Amino acid sequence: MQSLSNRAKILEKKPMTLAERAYLPAIFQGLSITLRHFFTKKATIRYPEETRPFSPVFRGLHVLKRDEQGRERCTACGLCAVACPAEAITMVAGERKKGEQNLYREEKYAVSYEINMLRCIFCGLCEEACPKAAVYLQADKMAPPRFERDEFIYGKDRLVEPVSPDTRSKRGIQLTAEQADKLRTQLA
Amino acid sequence: MTFETLGWQGLVILVIFGLSLLIATYCTYAERVIAAFMQDRVGPDRAGPYGLAQPLADAVKMFTKEEFFPGGASKALFTFGPCLAMTTALMSSAVIPFGNAVQFGSTVVHLQGIEINVGMLYVFGIVSLGVYGVMIGGWASNNKFSLLGAIRAASQNISYELAMGLALIAVLMISGTLSLREITLQQASDAPFVWRDIFNWNIMKQPLGFIIFLVCAFAETNRTPFDLPECETELVGGYHTEYSSMKLGLYLFSEYINIFVVSAVMSVLYFGGFNFPFQYEFRDWLASSRGLELITAQNIITVLGAVGLFAKIFAFIFFFMWVRWTLPRFRYDQLMRLGWTILIPLAIFNILLTGGLITTGIIK
Repeated sequence: MQSLSNRAKILEKKPMTLAERAYLPAIFQGLSITLRHFFTKKATIRYPEETRPFSPVFRGLHVLKRDEQGRERCTACGLCAVACPAEAITMVAGERKKGEQNLYREEKYAVSYEINMLRCIFCGLCEEACPKAAVYLQADKMAPPRFERDEFIYGKDRLVEPVSPDTRSKRGIQLTAEQADKLRTQLA
Repeated sequence: MTFETLGWQGLVILVIFGLSLLIATYCTYAERVIAAFMQDRVGPDRAGPYGLAQPLADAVKMFTKEEFFPGGASKALFTFGPCLAMTTALMSSAVIPFGNAVQFGSTVVHLQGIEINVGMLYVFGIVSLGVYGVMIGGWASNNKFSLLGAIRAASQNISYELAMGLALIAVLMISGTLSLREITLQQASDAPFVWRDIFNWNIMKQPLGFIIFLVCAFAETNRTPFDLPECETELVGGYHTEYSSMKLGLYLFSEYINIFVVSAVMSVLYFGGFNFPFQYEFRDWLASSRGLELITAQNIITVLGAVGLFAKIFAFIFFFMWVRWTLPRFRYDQLMRLGWTILIPLAIFNILLTGGLITTGIIK
């Protein structure tokens, strides 16, 4: 039949040579290939014992940061919730009482702060939106699998980082005034 | 035969029985690990250190699964199939000489279940019986796929047993006996040159026969590339489609025992059995330089020989698995063509060749 595109390649089926028909050389070739693979390094990562290294820019589980004095930075302004394309963040704002200055940095704080990890797409827009450098996506943690849907709604109990500075996430160091100015000029 | 030797022989039989089961058990583990390694994976490693308890976990799984009888199936035959497959698989290791005699005091114990002068015929007879297990299981399942798998198994075994038997005849022409122990002892060293021990093995006199025997062994044990009876793409699971629980386990298990037995038979027929190079020199050196009694030295040689035989068997088992993870399955017509138009004529040619070489005195 005439080829329409003129790109058809006519394949010629040659008769097999004696070595090909004897089949055994091909078998030995195949056996050598599998034996080579027998001794190569295995690609498997034995998961719970070994973990794959994360990229330094990996966006994992959220954390609500504290400042140097251990006070919560979040002021419940709601910019993260507005920025969130998946509408995963909800919060209730409250006013700081007298004597709570060591707990919250500003007069307004988040009474409750919840992120639904089933809705979250880990885009990091909340991190970019936060004016107080309070919410960050950790590079070394993921939201682990769970059995119930409501267990995926992370409240402040699981989001706020611990008071002890040793166990805090390395992500999200507070910018100094100069660094912040520099960033602002860059963005503008 | 005195009562004492009878007791010893019973012990040997028990040990061989246990060893066949143990080796078959760990064949399932080895199969998975070798498969994994050849596919750049690590295989089962969760149960116990290096996953060594995996066969136990498999057994627990098999035993606790539901016993299923398909509707309209013959219950008695359906149960009898796997029993027969397992029994015949276990019976065939009885005549294989796993070692020479061990002697202490006046007692001589042969490391062999039973020594009969038709050992090779016995193995062939029992192995051919094994196909009845498959056949009955497939028939009793009341399932077209099972029946087709069973028919394939039967026709495949019949076809390849011919070539296997013809390849064996050439060995028998050299050895002049059917006793596996005699065949092994004949392969002990007697020719006077450096690699004389290995040169006295039958593989050197029967290379073509060995290749034919090897190919047929793959077909007889239903291993890839001849695993058409359980061809998943065409027959669901083949003859054991309807089987579940430990009945399926027995079928799979008997396959591994058959691999063990066939490996042992090949080691004995072609690779010198329990003989290993320089065994007599080593014995004499033990006796003269280390000051051991000749009987003790001979016993040490016997034990080493048994270890050597098992090394050969394991090498063959590895080869079986290696081939399985290398080659794809034959098509059914290719299988039949290979068996009837290539292997059988080749085996007959091998017999003629051997006969010619024997009459001209080149091999004896």
